[in-house]
Amino acid sequence: MKLIVAVILTALLAFVGGLYLPWWSIAIAAFLVAVIIHQKAGKAFLAAFLGAFLLWAALAWWINMKNQGILAAKIASVLPLGGKAVLLILVTGFVGGLVAGFAAMSGSYLRTSKP
Amino acid sequence: MRILPFVVSTVITAGLIFAMDKSWPLGGKRLPPLGKFLSPQQGFWQNAEASDQDFAADLKFSGLKGKVEVYLDERLVPHIFAENDEDLYFTQGYIHARFRLWQMEFQTMVASGRVSEILGNDPKYINFDRETRRMGMVYGAENALKQIEANPITKSGCDAYTAGVNAYIHSLTCANLPVEYKLLDYKPEEWSNLKIALFLKQMSRTLAGFDNDLANTNLKPVFDFRDLMVLNPQVNDSLEPIVPKGTIFDPPGIVPVKPPSADSLYFGKKDSLNIAEVTKPDPDNGSNNWAVAGKKTKSGAPILCNDPHLELTFPSIWYEMQLTSPTVNVYGTSFPGSPNVIIGFNDSVAFGFTNAQRDVKDYYEIKFKDDSRQEYWFNGQWKKIDFCREEKIKVRGGKTILDTVAYTVYGPVIYDKSFSTALSGGKAIACRWVAQDPSNEGLMWFYLDRANNYNDYFSAIKDFSCPGQNMLFAAKSGDIAIWQQAKFPARWYGQGLYVMPGEDSSYMWQGFIPQKENPHVINPERGFIVSANQRPVDSTYPYFIPGNYIATRGITLTKRLSAMEQITPQDMMKLQYDYYNRFASEARPVLLKYIRENDINAEGKKYLDLIKNWDLQADANSKGQTVFTAWWDSLRTEVWKDELEKVSKNKLRPESRTLLEALLKDSSFKYVDNINTPRTETLYDDVTSAFLKALPQLEKDDKAGTLEWAIHKEPTIFHILKTITPFAKTGLKVGGDGEIINAVTKSHGPSWRMIVDLSPLTTAYAVYPGGQSGNPGSRYYDNFVDAWVKGKYFTLWVMRKSDVSDKRVLWTLKLSGK
Repeated sequence: MKLIVAVILTALLAFVGGLYLPWWSIAIAAFLVAVIIHQKAGKAFLAAFLGAFLLWAALAWWINMKNQGILAAKIASVLPLGGKAVLLILVTGFVGGLVAGFAAMSGSYLRTSKP
Repeated sequence: MRILPFVVSTVITAGLIFAMDKSWPLGGKRLPPLGKFLSPQQGFWQNAEASDQDFAADLKFSGLKGKVEVYLDERLVPHIFAENDEDLYFTQGYIHARFRLWQMEFQTMVASGRVSEILGNDPKYINFDRETRRMGMVYGAENALKQIEANPITKSGCDAYTAGVNAYIHSLTCANLPVEYKLLDYKPEEWSNLKIALFLKQMSRTLAGFDNDLANTNLKPVFDFRDLMVLNPQVNDSLEPIVPKGTIFDPPGIVPVKPPSADSLYFGKKDSLNIAEVTKPDPDNGSNNWAVAGKKTKSGAPILCNDPHLELTFPSIWYEMQLTSPTVNVYGTSFPGSPNVIIGFNDSVAFGFTNAQRDVKDYYEIKFKDDSRQEYWFNGQWKKIDFCREEKIKVRGGKTILDTVAYTVYGPVIYDKSFSTALSGGKAIACRWVAQDPSNEGLMWFYLDRANNYNDYFSAIKDFSCPGQNMLFAAKSGDIAIWQQAKFPARWYGQGLYVMPGEDSSYMWQGFIPQKENPHVINPERGFIVSANQRPVDSTYPYFIPGNYIATRGITLTKRLSAMEQITPQDMMKLQYDYYNRFASEARPVLLKYIRENDINAEGKKYLDLIKNWDLQADANSKGQTVFTAWWDSLRTEVWKDELEKVSKNKLRPESRTLLEALLKDSSFKYVDNINTPRTETLYDDVTSAFLKALPQLEKDDKAGTLEWAIHKEPTIFHILKTITPFAKTGLKVGGDGEIINAVTKSHGPSWRMIVDLSPLTTAYAVYPGGQSGNPGSRYYDNFVDAWVKGKYFTLWVMRKSDVSDKRVLWTLKLSGK
């Protein structure tokens, strides 16, 4: 349950942050959520990763659908991902997830007392 | 708190953010800053424009005096209605930037030699930047800026335009930056009037920056001046000049005098200079335009047609628009980066341009006293240089390069010990170029957009200085006219074909051809005017006017238009799209006459038959065009290679037409013989061996299925940054070639096709290979390309203020003062 709440909260906070702050505000969002909803480091990572991954991938997917895939196909050839928009969406989610995940671990360790 | 794990994860997080917040060089390209770039809220995803994107907006800017409405139609063409000219140009600047900002800025970076600042530390970019500055591009733009700002009309127009561009730049956030900035990770800087001047200088470089002076000098040890005139004849036998043959010219107003020492110090001097330019404009930069008078058209009204041939790029160099204020109502195509409509029409007249191809750039060898480059030998004494320009070239990921350029009486010293040493062997060469002189080209378009008749047109164009253009005009009153207009140096015979001695003022330009003696045609008897980059006049013109002329399209068009009557705009569309290969029609009989068929095997005969049965159409499916091109190219090599091999660098190959006319006149033309063999080759030998040498590649192409012309030449519209291939469009099913009316080569061709029928109610048609949006993520990025490939046109809609509720208006932008 805690995990799901953390996932949703990370996604929400990261979305709001993205409206006003640079892209790396997802790290701040993940960190804050991990501090507020304390979980073990591994779980905190997973929750933040999923939250950020879902947010970035979902937004990318939605934009791509509205765009009828015009730009994603081109960028997925620049990067290079074989021109596959799906891969580009997954990579987008993964990059967001990775940064958020590690930031959440920091948040978790901040509240974990010494074993 | 668990300190160690906390520190570790925090360091990893910070490291990831740092690494993915900046761009990294990667194998000659750059990896974009992954985090910033992929973020759906700020990165490239934000450039993925929704297919039902709403472009309407309500905007307030302190720079505006009144209200402006911009109506975007279904092709995203803006129709701007302003209450005064300043607001009009403000809005034009804003709209250009809104749809084309990245290209506008990048083109001016190219023009000012600042490419390394964006693309990075690569000798290729640095040498390009140094040469650009050393030829005086920025110096010339600064000279132009003084003129622009000294004239109240251009001053206020450019100030308003610049304010409009900056209003858009200031409204940008990280999220809505054009995608190229995100890929390369940099930001736009402030726009300025200097950038407008730079953009126009770039046009001069593209269109009036071509000459073969360095290459010709390099040929001297092998070919003397008489040979050079055979390789590069001033007047083709079959020339159809712009000014009809037989026109009587006035006696020259200026008679330049050949220096007494010219035979020994200039023509006869045989030290080979091994200098090659770092970059040279595409010699194919050309164009067609023609106008037919009412007596040859079905409607009885003149028709004006224009298709400028340029490098085909995304975004296109052109942006279509309508500009309306109380002083003007003009429709046509504009240059993002410069105010006004450049090619177009208003309620009374239409105008179009082709390139004059004249040589307006010369070189002088400078003898410096020492390496300080402060004094040079001039008229028998050491003369102090005029001044030094310190060029600071910023390099991304490298140290700023300081480059000191000496300016002499001729102009900047472009090559010297500090630049191109490997090539120039330390020799110092100064460059004299009309584009370095003070001028105000933009003013012409301000007046042209507002012209009502021939007199308005003439007074608009008469002070235009560079690049030399064939300025075509037609009016509803029935007049048609053309002037080849620019500041053209008056040269003595042979002046400037080679690098000249810089030690003696007698080699300087002695003046310019008086404007009224520039080639022109007004309402000719034959009822039409054609310019297609051919030499403008026949041999009776009283000046020596070297240039990079292209004759064939002019011949085709002159013959075609002479034969046409009752012309309609639809006939003109067909003509602009015409694939007939006139050159091949003249060359094929020579090839077929001199081929020894007995030396060709059965397999080879197949290709010979393709030529024999070819309908001379260079259309997309033509195989004959491919075989002809391969054979003819091989013949050119066969004839010239032995002689030109002796010249080490900077090879020059005479024009196709020069060879053809030489062979038609004399089949034992002296260059037919291969000087490397003891026997004397005949034309039979050359033609047959050219065919046999072309054969293996043709067979290979045939097997690979690439013998059809369009597949063979692979027409491609590249993105301005050629390295971003996914932004390009390849495999276009389009025929044509440089000397064919529909002059599409691999990545070059008709960049805007326009036809204006000046009937009482103007009807106009146009198309260009691109789209109105510069954003690769927009459906308007390339949506005109298919029509262009097929030779289709859009009917241009000259909107009236009363048409606001017309269903073609899809979005309205309202701009007003704060």
